[in-house]
Amino acid sequence: MTASTIELPVGDDDRRIARHAAAAIALSVAEAALPSPLPGIKPGLANIIVLVVLARHGWRDAAWVSLLRVVAGSLAIGQFLAPGFFLALAGALCSLAVLALAQALPARWFGPVTASVLAAFAHIGGQILVARAWLVPHDGVFLLVPMFAAAALFFGTLNGLIAARLLAATADADSAP
Amino acid sequence: MKSPLPEGLRELFEQATRRGAVPWHGLLRPGDWALLAVAAVLVAASFPLLWRGGVADRAIVKRDGQLVTELALNAPRRYEVQGAIGTTVIEVQPGRARVLSDPGPRQYCVQQGWLTRANAVAICAPNHVSLQLGGRGGANAAYDSINY
Repeated sequence: MTASTIELPVGDDDRRIARHAAAAIALSVAEAALPSPLPGIKPGLANIIVLVVLARHGWRDAAWVSLLRVVAGSLAIGQFLAPGFFLALAGALCSLAVLALAQALPARWFGPVTASVLAAFAHIGGQILVARAWLVPHDGVFLLVPMFAAAALFFGTLNGLIAARLLAATADADSAP
Repeated sequence: MKSPLPEGLRELFEQATRRGAVPWHGLLRPGDWALLAVAAVLVAASFPLLWRGGVADRAIVKRDGQLVTELALNAPRRYEVQGAIGTTVIEVQPGRARVLSDPGPRQYCVQQGWLTRANAVAICAPNHVSLQLGGRGGANAAYDSINY
């Protein structure tokens, strides 16, 4: 066996992103085992990690974690390149776009819950549009919007609160001796 | 065994699950409350907006499959159609319509009574007349397709 001659330098950034992505993937795999009342409605627990990373390390890291989660998470549960993968990818891309915009909101007034709820709505928005354009080319898919929107509001708030709590805990830990 | 969680995250979880951490309501800033309120209103509004399927807004009267007239379902009125064997009388009231009388021998379309849902249909076959309710089409239709 020949030793590899290619060496990719691994920086601290890479390790940090990989660790967070691993946590997000673990959450999305665990979540895949949960039964869902309606296909497509999921808590989206991995987004808690994305929110925490966004607040602590910025949008670039959050994008890496989110997209790695989508790709590697789908590989782990055998969904890679299946329709569900493209829906998840569309949702993740839309959420990231909205999160980039949401970062411009004044932090004094808007916290992680706002980011989470907006991202959740963007997520279902992206998914519904891809589903309408590709999977179910019929306006009937929009009948699902109220259910998805209600779920996005509920889980978006929940995830946002969890992320806010995690962030508040670290802020305490940072300020306390 | 090393914890699978990243160091920073494990610390985070330990801190967050400790007693006496920040109370939940303290995690919401004023803008968060405002956004949640707006989002809740929008979500609540989306149910009636998108699920108003099957509300009829007009009566479509046909003879021999050809459109005779369309009557809006917002004011009461009667309409007479000359059919193959006589006159069929259509009665319209706000939100509903029926065949009031028909010369057909078995009176099926009369006995059907009031039609209220979009795409509901009463057919007076002997007289070649049909009464159908129309609603907003597309995703809001109560039926995907109708054939008779």
